[in-house]
Amino acid sequence: MSQLLVLIIGVILIVALFWWFFGKHTEAAGDATVNDQNQEATIVVKGGYSPSTVVLKKGVPAKVHFDMKDSTACLSHVVFDKLGVNADLTKQPVTTVDIPTDKATEYNFACGMDMFHGKVIVK
Amino acid sequence: MKHLTSIQRFWISFVLVIPMLIQMLTMPFHWMMPGYTWIALVTTTLIMLVAAVPYWTSAWAAFKHHNANMNTLVAIGTGIAYFYSLFAMITGRAVYFESAAFIAVFILLGDTMEERMHNNASNALKKLLDLQVKSASVLRDGKFVAVPLDQVEVGDIIQVKPGEKVPVDGVITTGKTTIDESMITGESMPVTKKTGDSVVGSTINGDGAIQFRATKVGKDTMLSQIVEMVKKAQTSHAPIQNLTDKISKVFVPTVLSIAIITFVIWYSFLGATAVQAMLFAVAVIVIACPCALGLATPTALMVGTGRAAKMGVLIKDGQALETIDDVKTVVFDKTGTVTVGKPRVTDLVGDKSLVLQTAASLESSSEHPLAKAVMEHAAASGITPEPVGDFRAIEGKGVQATIDGQPAFVGNEKLLADYLIEPAMKQQLTALQDAAKTVILVGRAKRVIGLIAIQDAPKPTSAQAIAELKARGLQTVMLTGDNDRVAQAIAKEVGIDRVIANVLPNEKADHVKALQQEGKVAFVGDGINDAPALTTADVGIAMGSGTDIAIESGSIVLVQNDLRGVVRAIDISKKTFNRIKLNLFWALIYNLIGVPIAAGLFVGFGLQLSPEFAALAMAFSSVSVVTSSLLLNKAKIGGTEPTSAIEQAA
Ligand SMILES: [Cu+2]
Repeated sequence: MSQLLVLIIGVILIVALFWWFFGKHTEAAGDATVNDQNQEATIVVKGGYSPSTVVLKKGVPAKVHFDMKDSTACLSHVVFDKLGVNADLTKQPVTTVDIPTDKATEYNFACGMDMFHGKVIVK
Repeated sequence: MKHLTSIQRFWISFVLVIPMLIQMLTMPFHWMMPGYTWIALVTTTLIMLVAAVPYWTSAWAAFKHHNANMNTLVAIGTGIAYFYSLFAMITGRAVYFESAAFIAVFILLGDTMEERMHNNASNALKKLLDLQVKSASVLRDGKFVAVPLDQVEVGDIIQVKPGEKVPVDGVITTGKTTIDESMITGESMPVTKKTGDSVVGSTINGDGAIQFRATKVGKDTMLSQIVEMVKKAQTSHAPIQNLTDKISKVFVPTVLSIAIITFVIWYSFLGATAVQAMLFAVAVIVIACPCALGLATPTALMVGTGRAAKMGVLIKDGQALETIDDVKTVVFDKTGTVTVGKPRVTDLVGDKSLVLQTAASLESSSEHPLAKAVMEHAAASGITPEPVGDFRAIEGKGVQATIDGQPAFVGNEKLLADYLIEPAMKQQLTALQDAAKTVILVGRAKRVIGLIAIQDAPKPTSAQAIAELKARGLQTVMLTGDNDRVAQAIAKEVGIDRVIANVLPNEKADHVKALQQEGKVAFVGDGINDAPALTTADVGIAMGSGTDIAIESGSIVLVQNDLRGVVRAIDISKKTFNRIKLNLFWALIYNLIGVPIAAGLFVGFGLQLSPEFAALAMAFSSVSVVTSSLLLNKAKIGGTEPTSAIEQAA
């Protein structure tokens, strides 16, 4: 009897797992706070990036702050491959990355092991 | 506990785990530590707080974002073992505290070692930046004063004493010296420099004192640009990573499913107890390591591009590195790439001073490199050009004008259609051309009165480089605007297989395209007109001494003006790419073998993994991938020194 129960629970768990990780889940993009001279956005690093997408305005000098709230090795670095940035986030609580906004484009970023992804959109 | 580094966490947990380690080792002697369960409860709880809680919080935060990663696996593995043991202790069953504790300790060990090696791998860049000096001795108000590097401006006159480092890029104004440029070019021989020669920041001055005018400071210096390029290369993506990206997306949920299936099969179908089934499931969760997969490419890329930079080869991104692996043909621009790029007059036929006088007078206003060679030679021989009249270009053939009321001309052999030449001179013309020399015909009235032979000699290292490329099974091709005879002679001298001569500058890219029909092509060039070919080729290799446009167009830049750099670029790229493939294979096979063993598939053969050994194996897998990448620093790279006689004989 318990064997059958475990089988049923196992199947339900697997289905739930796939729904949770691969189902369609939308996440809001973060906007930067803009004033005349510059714009800033903060991304909290805790078990991922939230928000994982940040939208910046073209032409306004921009800074993206990474607020490190995670202490596992995976997320210790953030890498912007197009910008040549490989920043160690564990050195200080908040690490700032300057984003060029001279043209409308997307900059992808990821953790050092390329497991967590996010992007900065300039438009 | 946020401020603890992973190494501190590791040592704290390690000390705490010692009692359980002792118990484990004495188990075969049937010795039971008094009050073991209580000791295990306290130490494991502390270890969980120090080592596992960060994983739990991170995994939970990730879970809420519909994300799962290695932390999820560690958290579930330690969590199940720990909380089940708490439950077992209360209900008087066997506990598994040591599983939870050992998993946490081994994972931390892996993290710590991997972090160390990662830092090691990114060291190349730091070393480059450390090359910079802090201040420069700059001429201000008639005196040389020490000025911080960031306040040095373009145009400043800077003094460098013997043994000091050159602070920024510039051109020598006074003095003569030798400079060790190995840190930038990888070339160990010091280079002689005199007034008018350019110097590069961060190179080391030899025994002469010099003063130079700064031409590039701050972000524009060669070193800063190299650092910038290496940085981008190290963080760039190789196309092969698309594969790992795809795998890592489904990796953790798949592993979790396999763990559930493992539990269900053992419990529901094979009649195992819930605890046995749980141990198999936990082992599956713990051994599966997406980290090794994720680290395989970036670490190898980081070490490979860093090593390349040290040898004067700047690889711009992972794409170039991957493509060069398939290259079948290497195409060279001739002038300045295979050859020195500075044509010189080598022979004069006829009445030497009259020939030179006539040629110099007609060519004095020309910008053509051959004309420049003539003018230089004339100046060196003490000949001054005479004024000319009626100056006129003969399309595609040369120029003509009148000197002292007499018609005169200078040009190539196509002029022979219109002018007379003595048979003896004609023979000399052919002989000179066969010797890879470009010949200029000089004439007065209707008759050729003499010849000027000009040659752009191959670089001394070109032949060795070509031989090494051919030894790697590559086809070598030379593209040139020169005539076929000259081109063939140069090609023969350095050993190039195939020559495409008489190519107009704007046709280079078309020839590259045609060669691409036979396989991937690398193009090596340095000039402005090479830019389209550099972009068209699968891999563009630009000579660093070349124009900015060429450097911008190339996906690999050779700092040193030496073709052996091409061999180095190909070798290091191949080695790095092979290392990436090896790492990926290792990481994949590791999971493919490890997971079934952990799931208990081979229990029938007595092969079984407890959760703590699964954790050790998992920690080992990511460490071994990083180690494997670091080994790239030791890989043998060609194109560095002439092959010894022994190696040639072998
Ligand atoms: Cu990881």
